[in-house]
Amino acid sequence: MKIVVLTKQVPDSGLDRSLSADDFTVERASASNVISELDENAIEAAMVLADADPSGVEVTLLTVGPDHALETIRKALSMGPHKAVHVQDDAIAGSCAVTTSAVIAAALGKLEYDLVLCAAESTDGGVGGMAQMLGARLGVAAMSGARKLTVDGNKLTVERQTDDGYETLTATTPAVVSVWDSMNTPRYPSLKGIMAAKRKPVETMSLSDVGLAPEQVGAAGATSAVVSAEPRPARSAGQKVVDEGEGGAQLAQFLASEKFV
Amino acid sequence: MAEVFVVANAANKLTYEMLTMARGLGMGDVAVVVLGASGTADSIADNLAEYGATKIYAAEDGVLEEFLVAPKAEVLAKLITEHQPAAVLLPSVQEGKEIAARVAVSLGNGLLTDIVGLTGEGVATQPIFAGSTIVTSRVTKGIPLVTVRPNSLTPSPEAATPERVTVPVEVSDQAKLVAVTDRVTEAKGDRPELTEAGVVVSGGRGVGSAEQFSVIEEFADLLGGAVGASRAATDAGYYPHKFQVGQTGSTVSPQLYLAAGISGAIQHRAGMQTSKTIVAINKDDAAPIFDIADFGVVGDLFKVLPQAAETIKKSRQ
Ligand SMILES: Cc1cc2nc3c(=O)[nH]c(=O)nc-3n(C[C@H](O)[C@H](O)[C@H](O)COP(=O)(O)OP(=O)(O)OC[C@H]3O[C@@H](n4cnc5c(N)ncnc54)[C@H](O)[C@@H]3O)c2cc1C
Repeated sequence: MKIVVLTKQVPDSGLDRSLSADDFTVERASASNVISELDENAIEAAMVLADADPSGVEVTLLTVGPDHALETIRKALSMGPHKAVHVQDDAIAGSCAVTTSAVIAAALGKLEYDLVLCAAESTDGGVGGMAQMLGARLGVAAMSGARKLTVDGNKLTVERQTDDGYETLTATTPAVVSVWDSMNTPRYPSLKGIMAAKRKPVETMSLSDVGLAPEQVGAAGATSAVVSAEPRPARSAGQKVVDEGEGGAQLAQFLASEKFV
Repeated sequence: MAEVFVVANAANKLTYEMLTMARGLGMGDVAVVVLGASGTADSIADNLAEYGATKIYAAEDGVLEEFLVAPKAEVLAKLITEHQPAAVLLPSVQEGKEIAARVAVSLGNGLLTDIVGLTGEGVATQPIFAGSTIVTSRVTKGIPLVTVRPNSLTPSPEAATPERVTVPVEVSDQAKLVAVTDRVTEAKGDRPELTEAGVVVSGGRGVGSAEQFSVIEEFADLLGGAVGASRAATDAGYYPHKFQVGQTGSTVSPQLYLAAGISGAIQHRAGMQTSKTIVAINKDDAAPIFDIADFGVVGDLFKVLPQAAETIKKSRQ
């Protein structure tokens, strides 16, 4: 089985992030870049399948991003995937999610895959629609938000949480499945994994390699645009008391004064 | 006159928020698109009328429930092509985002998700980066196609008498690739919905165990609130994942948010920092949650919460 895992380089969601002042694209140069955190759950899901069938499963990473995305590709490879494809073209910068899905779909068209795994959402844009966008573009099954994935030959079963419980989905390959962080705990790369990652093949594809024209992507091809960006006015700290035996009573008093009780 | 589509198949607060938002745009009459099994539209028609729906497009067929979102997206895309609405609003929950994503691709239309505001000119407001930045954006290809985040505005009723239009449901084989083979509804209990509650009491890793979460539950019940949890608490199995508040959990915006034994990591704050009043209890004086709390107690939650509960109960007698 051939598995392609989509990974994306993003600014660390645990740190302060910003948009660049001139074109409102994500500030990537100054940010501390990491693998979009939920992508690690997708890689883990792929590696669990690969571990269960070491000779039968091949895992390829696919990243669309600038040159420096190579850093996170190497990091992702250290978790175990066999190789990577990096779609890199200056024209792609500024693409929206809908346009990015066109680039990824075009790249997938050049690869062989039975299963595409990705995160339920990225930790920067957070649109949460990639699996369905790819399903619609490629005409393959798309299941999003998996917390459990079972593969039996070409049959896929996904369990996912819903607002009032959970549901079970079934489909056959080829398919795109997006996963939530509740699915698994990503492994830490071993030293051996980190060493091996340095030698794993990373194929670079340009826009023309995937068969798209510059005007179909980037700011020109984007279907939405940011008009303005502002930091949210920071909340300020209010009253703080140290419990010296009366903390609970003081809390009750505060709640009463604010009419919550 | 043009129409604004609101996609809804439940009569809940988010539906009323979307109807209120759609009415305020001044872009056209508010038409609700119901995509569900037969009987869905009738069961909520009265509620939709109360919030100003002037038309209900009822697309009802078992096939819409048997398969995952693709059939719903197909029917909606066709309706949009036929009726050329001025804007389309969907709920920013998993299903709404999925349908919107497919519609965007099939119509070559832009898409904005998790919006909290929209103007009649089609400019949407979105909190991004864990709510730390507010951007305004617009769709540049096609009409405003947006998903609306719960608790974005206060819904206000406005009576209308909706006309019911039956929409024929024809679905391609291509849209039937993912079957929904089982749907399990978990018992809700008596507590309010997490995303709709006026009061949310959340516990974190500091609660220490699943059994001890009863401290959080009891306090929530005392205030008539919902229970939430941090990811560390759900990951540790102290509380079910669906109650997680934060970047990869629910976004809540209650009148009162009480965080007990939660440090206040940026990803947790992402899901609760728009709460009206924030209260925190934490042993660690330096916990970042105190930076955004209106009232903070530095102390052991197992001492503070029971004492507060006692005091409240006494004052009610
Ligand atoms: C991509 C990504 C997405 C994430 N999404 C989310 C999300 O949606 N929601 C979320 O919550 N987190 C999320 N996180 C995790 C987040 O970074 C934190 O790890 C998490 O919020 C920590 O939870 P916590 O505050 O309960 O635990 P901790 O950080 O361990 O804090 C526990 C706190 O409890 C206090 N404490 C301990 N005992 C007591 C006591 N007896 N009385 C009072 N206080 C006590 C401690 O002082 C401490 O401050 C995400 C992380 C990533 C990378």
